[in-house]
Amino acid sequence: MAKFKNIEEKIFIALMRLSTGIIVFALLLIVFSIIYKGLPSLSWEMLTQTPKGGFYFGKEGGILNAIIGSLYLSAGATLVAFVIGFPVALFMNVYLIKYKRFVQMVRFFLDLLWGVPSIVYGAFGFTLMIFFGMKTSLLAGIVTVSLFIIPIMVRAMDEVIKTVPIGLLEASYSLGATRSEAAYKIVLRQCFPGIITAILLSFGRAIGDAAAVLFTTGYTDHIPTSLGQPSATLPLSIFFQLGSPIAEVQNRAYASAVVLTIIILIISILSRYFSKRYEKHRINF
Amino acid sequence: MQKVKIDVRNLNLTIGKQQILKDVNVQIPDKKITVILGPSGCGKTTLLKSLNRLIDLYPEMKVTGSIMLDDIDILHTKEDITEIRKKMGLLSQRPYPLPMNIYKNITFGLRISGRRKKRNLMKRVEHYLKQANLWDELKDRLKDPASCLSIGQQQRLCLARGLAVDPEIILADEPTSALDPISSTAIEEKFLELKDYYTIVVVTHSLQQARRIADHVIFMYLGEVVEQGPAKEFFENPIEERTKAYLKGLFS
Amino acid sequence: MKFFLLNRRFRDKSHFIWMTISIILVILLPIFLATGLIIKSQPILSTNEFSSLLFSSEWKPLSGKFGLLTFIVSSLWVTFLSILIAAPICLLTAIYLTQYARRYLLRAMHPVIDILAGIPSVIYGVWGILVIVPFISNYLGPALGKETSGYTVLAGALVLAVMIIPFILNIMIEVLKTIPDALKEAALSLGATQWQTVKRVILKKAFPGLLSAVSLGISRAFGETIAVLMVVGNVTRIPSGVFEPGYPLPALIANNYGEMLSIPMYDSALMLSALVLFAVVLLFNLASRMAIARYEKLQ
Repeated sequence: MAKFKNIEEKIFIALMRLSTGIIVFALLLIVFSIIYKGLPSLSWEMLTQTPKGGFYFGKEGGILNAIIGSLYLSAGATLVAFVIGFPVALFMNVYLIKYKRFVQMVRFFLDLLWGVPSIVYGAFGFTLMIFFGMKTSLLAGIVTVSLFIIPIMVRAMDEVIKTVPIGLLEASYSLGATRSEAAYKIVLRQCFPGIITAILLSFGRAIGDAAAVLFTTGYTDHIPTSLGQPSATLPLSIFFQLGSPIAEVQNRAYASAVVLTIIILIISILSRYFSKRYEKHRINF
Repeated sequence: MQKVKIDVRNLNLTIGKQQILKDVNVQIPDKKITVILGPSGCGKTTLLKSLNRLIDLYPEMKVTGSIMLDDIDILHTKEDITEIRKKMGLLSQRPYPLPMNIYKNITFGLRISGRRKKRNLMKRVEHYLKQANLWDELKDRLKDPASCLSIGQQQRLCLARGLAVDPEIILADEPTSALDPISSTAIEEKFLELKDYYTIVVVTHSLQQARRIADHVIFMYLGEVVEQGPAKEFFENPIEERTKAYLKGLFS
Repeated sequence: MKFFLLNRRFRDKSHFIWMTISIILVILLPIFLATGLIIKSQPILSTNEFSSLLFSSEWKPLSGKFGLLTFIVSSLWVTFLSILIAAPICLLTAIYLTQYARRYLLRAMHPVIDILAGIPSVIYGVWGILVIVPFISNYLGPALGKETSGYTVLAGALVLAVMIIPFILNIMIEVLKTIPDALKEAALSLGATQWQTVKRVILKKAFPGLLSAVSLGISRAFGETIAVLMVVGNVTRIPSGVFEPGYPLPALIANNYGEMLSIPMYDSALMLSALVLFAVVLLFNLASRMAIARYEKLQ
């Protein structure tokens, strides 16, 4: 009896270690295989030229259109999401602090929205676009992607801001601050690294998403010069060019995959750095 | 002196650079109530949890020294630690009923060691619930989840659950701190009844409680044992200055 | 001075207005989403029975037949297979990291989980094409006596499983962390081994939370688009086994957005698919979030 229960435990511990190992292995395998396949095609020309002769057939040129397009799109969407999302997060935690039930309800709503797949946002954005008589463009993409990342950004900021002790707000009110001053000056300062982390997280989501931009941003060989033009993006650069039968075009897809992976890794390291700083520099009560 | 049940020798316990227990040497007499007394944060609870090696749960704790239970050094024994833990029932600060019904709570310890005969189990449930003065209140609701009991009932249920594995020792970590006065008194009285059969170790920071129930007192301060001895002598003729100050209520 | 004060009041007021507008916008967003999709799927719903759309497998857009069953069945296959793979791995890992391993291991795993969660869908797709698809067509398929291109339901499920692992694992770790140490101590001091404590006490206590984690994983898997689309084969036929290609609902939407405006009713059918997706995901989310909220209240 005693032996049996020990053997059972040993077996399960072995299985647990195996599972943990599988997860680490999967990550290494993903990063390794992407870099292994893509790194050879990553050259200076690849990074600094737009595709020549059409992205699907042309063998020459690089992925600059996708890199720039993705940066435009994600930066724009993150900005829009920040302008709407940051006030919401502050509002919930500074103005509505007395209405716990309401704030809980908003959180619940946001969590639901977070769960909605990006393709649904894409389909919705497309509907919106048709409704306003627009064509696929950077602007439509920015609007759609920002809708998609607003819940993520608000919830991430909310998790940080809700740790601000109420005593800090009381202290700033008693010094004569208005509520918006308390929110934008005190809370922002207290939570600054955490808010940067939330922005980075949203930016990462925006730059990696393919399904929402598929409908709304279109794809082109050129670097867009205005919001009304369609734009290439890295995820779609991978998605479309990988489907081409021409090896040189496929290489552009693999190169895009490496670039995107590296961007995501950098974002991940940065946000780790900021969230560590947040823990260190926060005034604890 | 009476028979010693647990003999702690040179016990040191550290977490990182912080020393929680400093060179603790204490003897816990058999079939008496020993009270570990001291202000909060002095290492009382850690000492208690060392006694049945619950400190295993926290790998960052480093322990040296020995704890002799009868003739076994439980810190270094090769024997199955679960068998040793079974000799010591634990009553924690707040009751923690297991997430199952009342009947299963009490028989948990028996069932995991392979005793499953329905009729025997039922007899034991009745016996131990009676011991904890719960039988009359609960005999018709044995299938209810334990979490629906009042907190005082839960604590008595935890006592019955601990007794059901036939321990020799009862370890209690401020067992009345979360309870109302009536439930507290019930627990204290239970201890006084049980001490003829069990060695009881109670951690408390309440001087009054110590005076009411202690046969033997261990007074700790900042991780060290300041003074220990029979309750009568400890309260009437304390030797150490720090003990005198504490008894006068100069700090708590 | 007076101007300064007025200016401050004005700023306070305008901030307040902007915040109110923003929060109303956010609250209305799901309602906009639903309304937009419902309006757009109205044309097809007014000419066809809803149930006949859902339960017919006849997909012939050119002759106006839009049965979604093939795609729904494919979605279910891929989703449940991926959960079947991911859930045990997550559960075992979460138990290991919270109950057995040293703290530094849990700390070390956090970046691994975060990076896995941050890798874009399309990268998972590329990985699936580079590693999983060849693995299935060259090794796994032949080993089991199947001839397959590798672009199969199984490939979709494997890629999807890795994608939802960080998501489920994170929630499971949070759930297991809320179990108080004292409960473990209580079980251990009754003579239970650590594994018995895990099996009979901790898992039981955490069960509602763990179940919610899995169900959130299901909803995440159900809506995942690009990665699955890239490896699953996309053949309009109800898959009869895991080595068959499938064609899940999100892939249908993503693949056909180009031509949907040129065939009558096509766009409406696709919007209906998006609506179905939205409804299913919302339902799973709603149920599990509510379960989690109740569970947290009980703690």
